[in-house]
Amino acid sequence: MGGPLHIRTPLGRVLGRGAAKSGTEHFWQQRLTAVANVPLTIAAIAILITLLGRNQAAVAQILGSPAVAIIMLLFVMSITIHMRIGMAVIIEDYVHDDSLKLTLLMANTFFAIAVGLAAVYGILKLSFGL
Amino acid sequence: MADTHSFERNAGAERPLSPHLQIYRPMLTMMMSIVHRITGFGNYFGTLLLAWWFIAASSPNAYARFQWFASSWIGRLILFGYTWSVIHHMLGGIRHLIWDTGRGFGPKEREWLAAANLIASIAITIVLWLFIMLTMGIA
Repeated sequence: MGGPLHIRTPLGRVLGRGAAKSGTEHFWQQRLTAVANVPLTIAAIAILITLLGRNQAAVAQILGSPAVAIIMLLFVMSITIHMRIGMAVIIEDYVHDDSLKLTLLMANTFFAIAVGLAAVYGILKLSFGL
Repeated sequence: MADTHSFERNAGAERPLSPHLQIYRPMLTMMMSIVHRITGFGNYFGTLLLAWWFIAASSPNAYARFQWFASSWIGRLILFGYTWSVIHHMLGGIRHLIWDTGRGFGPKEREWLAAANLIASIAITIVLWLFIMLTMGIA
């Protein structure tokens, strides 16, 4: 007798990855992308404003230029990772039916990857002039 | 006998539940927490517009369709809402990052931060859109 009662195995405690087996990875990724999102969003809005009222050819040229395209690519990648984690938290909070929850979590991942890749494709197409 | 009876009575009795949202008086910090989640949810679908814009930029016809949408009243309304939603969520996120350092939890600070978040997001959105409308020659 004596000593604290541990429910976790010693190995589980040492690994510190919890029931979901992912530890604090998502927590950390969400903060990391949040920090990246702030300057990238400000930059994206600034770029967007300079493109207002310009014709398609000018917009395509500016958006496809290396510095602008790289900023936009970073912006898209950071926000899509961030929003995938955020939406997963919302689904886990409000959807209690297991099969529906699993379906929505999968749909969330598919959506985040699809919209992110579509945006990346659009930017790269402008850059490489395909 | 008496014990059994009281047990049966208690078994069906209403047990106290932990208080849910509607129990509490609405407070600014609580509302701002909900708004942070709602704006995040909205921004999620706003990325469809962003992807559309990038893809449309490569072709004059596709870009004309995007511009038609963006200059329609419903398009303007959606873009205005998206602007506010993004800025509000960004400022709310900065508030969360401040909290992550362990600061800003005092009764004065958290109220001040919540109010500043809301006022700044509305002010920045309005200033941005005034600038947009002047640039586009709408106003």
